[in-house]
Amino acid sequence: MAKRNTSTESTTKRSRVPTILYTIAALICLVGLAEATYLTVMNLTGETAVCGGSTSCFEVLGSKYAKVAGIPVAGLGAVAYFSAFTFATFAAFGYRRARMLFALTIAAMFLATLWLLFVQAFLLHAFCRYCLFSAAMIFLLAGIVVSQPATD
Amino acid sequence: MKRYLPFLIVLLVAVVAVGGGAVLYSAKRPHPLTIPKGKSVSAAKESGEGHALGPADAPVTLQEFGDFQCPPCGRLSEPINQLQRDYKEKLRLVFRNFPLINHLHAREAAYAAEAAGLQGRFWQMHDALYREQAVWSNSADARALFAAYAGYIGLNTERFKLDMDSEKVKERVEADQKQGLSLGVKNTPTIFVNNKEIDPKSLNPTELRAAIDAALKQAKPSS
Repeated sequence: MAKRNTSTESTTKRSRVPTILYTIAALICLVGLAEATYLTVMNLTGETAVCGGSTSCFEVLGSKYAKVAGIPVAGLGAVAYFSAFTFATFAAFGYRRARMLFALTIAAMFLATLWLLFVQAFLLHAFCRYCLFSAAMIFLLAGIVVSQPATD
Repeated sequence: MKRYLPFLIVLLVAVVAVGGGAVLYSAKRPHPLTIPKGKSVSAAKESGEGHALGPADAPVTLQEFGDFQCPPCGRLSEPINQLQRDYKEKLRLVFRNFPLINHLHAREAAYAAEAAGLQGRFWQMHDALYREQAVWSNSADARALFAAYAGYIGLNTERFKLDMDSEKVKERVEADQKQGLSLGVKNTPTIFVNNKEIDPKSLNPTELRAAIDAALKQAKPSS
């Protein structure tokens, strides 16, 4: 009986792990959404205080790579973070299809992050602290995706 | 209830993100855009006027001869912007370039502001140059920074770089400087309120406000 109880507890703990991880992912996405929204607004208003004396920041955010077809990359990032947040929230509540959508969204964000890091390192030779912060969050999210298979 | 909880959370986050973004946008919106259409002139050099902000028939005009590399000009920049926001249609700001020879990058900064003006963003570049003054003033390659600011405020950077070297831009800066010299300007900032020079010792937000109030009182009886 005691052995059976231990086994049940272990199963319950295992089943809680995805919920906890997707909740953490949703929280990371919220931080990313806040940062991307802030950067989008600053970009649209042309508010220069955002870079606070950082030359590299201006070089990156003022470059032609900071916009895609006239849309600030930060704006696209906000949409991506919101999508990832939505899927992570639904995955945390046990919606299995949301796991796959979350994994796909993070994969796309991961590839975009690699491209933006390449642009900063090899084309602009300047790094923006906001971009690096966002990259760190996406790497964390990618870690969560890898640790939680989208399908059982 | 639990069934609807994720939908509620996502909806709440969407509302907060959009609402927060909208509030931030309205707070950070560049001040030239807050002036009603038809009442703001961003580049009226052809008429011999400096870059002006505010209605042409405002009872008070504050005219500044400024040097983008001059620290006191930089310190006064935001307080003057605040005066324009406070007095709104009662105050017209006019900026004229007066780059001093002892400031290494001042003339190029003036060219940058004028080049931005050709693309309708003079005031945004003006604010960026003053806000970032400490950075570009000590930079070996200030032009690269000006181009970065131009890109950030949404200018066509290639056109901006060409305009910075154009005769048109240089002539505009020269014209401002000549105008200043003809008025006896020697230092920056030199500020006139309704054509009356403000004592350099009184160049602080409180005394500027007092000078504007006095000019408004004088303007009232005649209007």
